Amino acid sequence: MERPLTEHIRAEGEPPTLAEYERTGGYAALRQAVGKMTPPEVRAAVAESGLRGRGGAGFPTGKKWGFVPTGPGESRPKYLVVNGDEMEPGTFKDRRLLEGDPHGLIESTIIAAYAIEAEVAYIFVRWDYQTAAARLGRALAEARAAGYVGRKVAGSDYGLEIYFHVSAGRYMCGEEEGLLNALEGKRPTPRAKPPHPPVVGLWGKPTIVDNVETMAWVRHIVGRGPAWFRGLGRGAEGGTKLYGASGHVRRPGLWELPMGTTAREIIEEHAGGMRDGWSLRGFLPGGASTDFLTAVHLDAAMDFGSLEQAGSRLGTGAIVVLDDRTCPVGFVANLTAFFARESCGWCTPCRDGLPWMARTLRAIEEGRGEAGDLALLEEQTKFLAPGNTFCALAPGAMEPLTSALRLFREDFERHVAEGRCRYGRAGE
Amino acid sequence: MLTEQERAEIEVHAACYLHRRAAGPEALKVVQAHRGWVSDEALADVAEALGVTATELESLATAYTMIFRRPVGRHVILLCDSVSCWVMGYERLVEHLRSRWGVALGETTADERLTLLPAACLGACDRAPALMIDGVLYGDLTVEKLDRILEGLK
Repeated sequence: MERPLTEHIRAEGEPPTLAEYERTGGYAALRQAVGKMTPPEVRAAVAESGLRGRGGAGFPTGKKWGFVPTGPGESRPKYLVVNGDEMEPGTFKDRRLLEGDPHGLIESTIIAAYAIEAEVAYIFVRWDYQTAAARLGRALAEARAAGYVGRKVAGSDYGLEIYFHVSAGRYMCGEEEGLLNALEGKRPTPRAKPPHPPVVGLWGKPTIVDNVETMAWVRHIVGRGPAWFRGLGRGAEGGTKLYGASGHVRRPGLWELPMGTTAREIIEEHAGGMRDGWSLRGFLPGGASTDFLTAVHLDAAMDFGSLEQAGSRLGTGAIVVLDDRTCPVGFVANLTAFFARESCGWCTPCRDGLPWMARTLRAIEEGRGEAGDLALLEEQTKFLAPGNTFCALAPGAMEPLTSALRLFREDFERHVAEGRCRYGRAGE
Repeated sequence: MLTEQERAEIEVHAACYLHRRAAGPEALKVVQAHRGWVSDEALADVAEALGVTATELESLATAYTMIFRRPVGRHVILLCDSVSCWVMGYERLVEHLRSRWGVALGETTADERLTLLPAACLGACDRAPALMIDGVLYGDLTVEKLDRILEGLK
């Protein structure tokens, strides 16, 4: 089984140096791209691969790149931004790539920038990823010294500068336009769309923002071709995926597996199943902003299409397991409190609705719930549905809540009726 | 007043963006790295250096969790309170930090040794519960392990 993204990542210690990276074929795809391919050819390869965004939304990468105005006479400069603001609860995949393969990310970034004819790229990393920031900084200095970044990329006529931004910490910086505002030195709030960033982005110029895991594929797709990429997946969707599992499983972890691997394989084989004394009640398939699934969905393929059919989303591919000894109300109260705290305050339903819902859920969890609370919560989920806010934070927050109110209804009702929580404290 | 060193570091960041104001978060981090936190006076000085008003910069400072507008202790603990760490029992750690170490969430100990802050998912869910102290990540925590780590701090 091929594991292109993590093949050269070491379990411990420093990531490959430039020399080590080049010995395993590193920067060959870059030379090929800038030396033998035109930007439209690189864009075509990525489009043909069918690569979809791994940051949560799953938008086709080649299609997004296609929105960028290219060719002579177009608005300049253009920007490429790599989104390494990984902060989706339950998700720890970009950390692995940033810490373990900084040169791989830099090489892919240069190729992607070349493809959309960008002059400047930013790699955006969250404050808490200090190890990643230090390693990326060293790798970037090596790449610059070797002539891969700068006025003549790998000896070609193409010039690219890459800057590196370490955030000061806020979930909203991971939202596409919140990130662009953050880079401009503004509060990380969303913007009105359209126009979308590929046309009007950073400082009003065409800008592509791609997630770290998505970006990491570019060098492989260019080097080995779109057909190879498509062949890596189990079903219709190509590539591999970094899947994670956390909660009371035997071996929480992260695995690079073919796209479309089932949740059962991830949880039962790779994560070793549930710990003794704990059993699976449900799971979030792709981080905090996805609908709960239950044991009946364990054989669903973990890809975009199949999980949508199952009533959820692939999201970040990070499974968070809810077990039978953990209170589902407490679980959702925790998630909602996170979203309420991270709301940037730009849109009223999110700013005022989420804290209210978080308090209501906490009250129910602590046995202070009132008759009618569940109906009110359900009504609120509609006010925070897509279309009422500028970004996906609030609608994302509603996915686990709406599904929990349906799937774990009796738990919510029992809390209100009995005025207490029957579960022990989480983790015990 | 900003020191020469602080000014020089801020200029390095300012050169990375189209407009100087974009270096706001980085400039605030520079001052904080040298002084531990960002006072009103320091904020006004940074604003002047970047050509923005203090109010504009304050709107930025308050948007970010890692810009401290109040003094913090010598060691800052960022305790992950997101879902995987909750499932794995981070609340036990909060209780222990309060009872054994005398610090509650959002507070600093009287001797100014420890500040405890809640943190959004630290991206270490496979090692939950997790926290960071002074920028270093610790995972798979138990109260015993946490005690050993805190006893090792100055």
